[in-house]
Amino acid sequence: MKTADEIYELLKKEFGEAILSLDKETPVEPIISIAPLHTNKIALFLRDNEELKFDSLMCLSGVDDANGEKIKEEDGSETIKGGTLSVYYHLYSIPLKHKITLKASVPRENPEIESVESIWRTADWHEREAYDLIGIKFLNHPDLRRILMPYDWEAGHPLRKDYKNPEFYQGMKVPY
Amino acid sequence: MALKTEHMVLNMGPQHPSTHGVLRLELELEGELIKNVIPHIGYLHRCFEKHAEAMTYPQVIPYTDRMDYLASMYNNFGYVVTVEKLLGIEVPERVQYIRVIMGELQRIASHMVALGTYGLDLGAFTPFLYLFRDREKILSLFEMTCGARLLYNYMWVGGLSHDIHPDFIRLTKEFVNYYKPNIKELNDLLTFNKIFIERTANIGVLPLDTAINYGITGPNLRGSGLKFDLRKDDPYSIYDRFDFDIPVGKGLMGTVGDCWDRYYVRVLEMEQSLRIIEQAIDQIPEGNVQSAIPKRIKPPKGTVYGRVENPRGELGYFIISDGSTSPFRVKVRAPSFVNLSVLGELCKGHLVSDVVAILGSIDIVLGEVDR
Repeated sequence: MKTADEIYELLKKEFGEAILSLDKETPVEPIISIAPLHTNKIALFLRDNEELKFDSLMCLSGVDDANGEKIKEEDGSETIKGGTLSVYYHLYSIPLKHKITLKASVPRENPEIESVESIWRTADWHEREAYDLIGIKFLNHPDLRRILMPYDWEAGHPLRKDYKNPEFYQGMKVPY
Repeated sequence: MALKTEHMVLNMGPQHPSTHGVLRLELELEGELIKNVIPHIGYLHRCFEKHAEAMTYPQVIPYTDRMDYLASMYNNFGYVVTVEKLLGIEVPERVQYIRVIMGELQRIASHMVALGTYGLDLGAFTPFLYLFRDREKILSLFEMTCGARLLYNYMWVGGLSHDIHPDFIRLTKEFVNYYKPNIKELNDLLTFNKIFIERTANIGVLPLDTAINYGITGPNLRGSGLKFDLRKDDPYSIYDRFDFDIPVGKGLMGTVGDCWDRYYVRVLEMEQSLRIIEQAIDQIPEGNVQSAIPKRIKPPKGTVYGRVENPRGELGYFIISDGSTSPFRVKVRAPSFVNLSVLGELCKGHLVSDVVAILGSIDIVLGEVDR
């Protein structure tokens, strides 16, 4: 069983620059921030390292941080420019019984992050969901399609904070 | 000249009696054999997570009811435990005990539906009726407690919406004593039925490493032989006080991790839940169930991931708070959603009729898959 500090040290030793920070100010769980374009390598290390053995990805969530510049439009709605979108990974090790939370932030205008689907197959649908609802693009994902929304939904990604309901979907009025 | 051959694509669903809701499976067939299965989900999607961002913390609870509508109590349970973790509040003993009793009753009720409809899928009609008859008794206990039979909104952050009815303890004891012998009846009717075993043993074998890699949890994971239950391995509420076993699949009728094992783990789990209820009912203390409910719920800035052992597996809530009265983001790690993703892997090489057996053994609720 390892604490967040020890995991952070191990990762820092292995990956150096790609491990950004350890946030311990959170009320419940410490979070390690990692670089988005190294997530697959870090994930493989976390899974296969003898001292860590994170064999189970409990949850993968996409989040719109809404920390960019908020621009008011004429009709009262808001558009967000800049800032970041984030992906949170909650990992658990069944043999060693320890947990860790990882976070990777990507710029809103170019939300590209490496997929961890090849390391934990469960990430497949979670990443599709994050792509569908938040609009994060997972590089090297084998099948990045929408999953919950209709495949031909053109109005964007609904869980973004500045999402606007479309007026029509395939000729049908949406707020019916 | 070689004959031109191609695989046949067959659509199963969205309206199909054995897909347990609106699920569409795209089957790629070579004759009767399954080459590939592509599940298409989202027919019940109503973006719970977007709704939750516009609600205050207590207002989210009724929405959680509507995800896994066969285990609403447990969805409430998971949500309130997570918010309490973020708030850092302790809830009274009586509340803890009532939550555990309700949760375990709900587990039995949910497994009854799972087992009953599974038999129905495979052509056994009678066990379904017997199980639903007994499930009614549990729903009546819930109705007596909070007025609702399916969607309860019963567990609140820090407490409960109502205290239990004065007759509740007596009637629950009666139910436990009534139901214990009925499990044997179920075993005689369905579990050890020759036809049922022929349809489920050695079908859809899920090896343990695949299960873990796919994030499978709950009875499906235990069916593959791993003794892993959040109630024991990552205890929440007061589960560490009770004495109960974790049943695992042993491959009694075929291979470890086949459909029969997943089915039988659920049967054994009902027995263990009855054990927990018996112990909890004997120990339940007096007290006020609403004394710890905060007047205004305003958690500190930060994130929390809480998870509980729902009848279908690990139900996780990931909540981000920005310090206001409504959550900034709520993500639900729905067990059915994750468990369904392994379907393609399980079906490969089996016959079309086995898809029904495999899908039923995973026990999904589409309300939760699509959220």
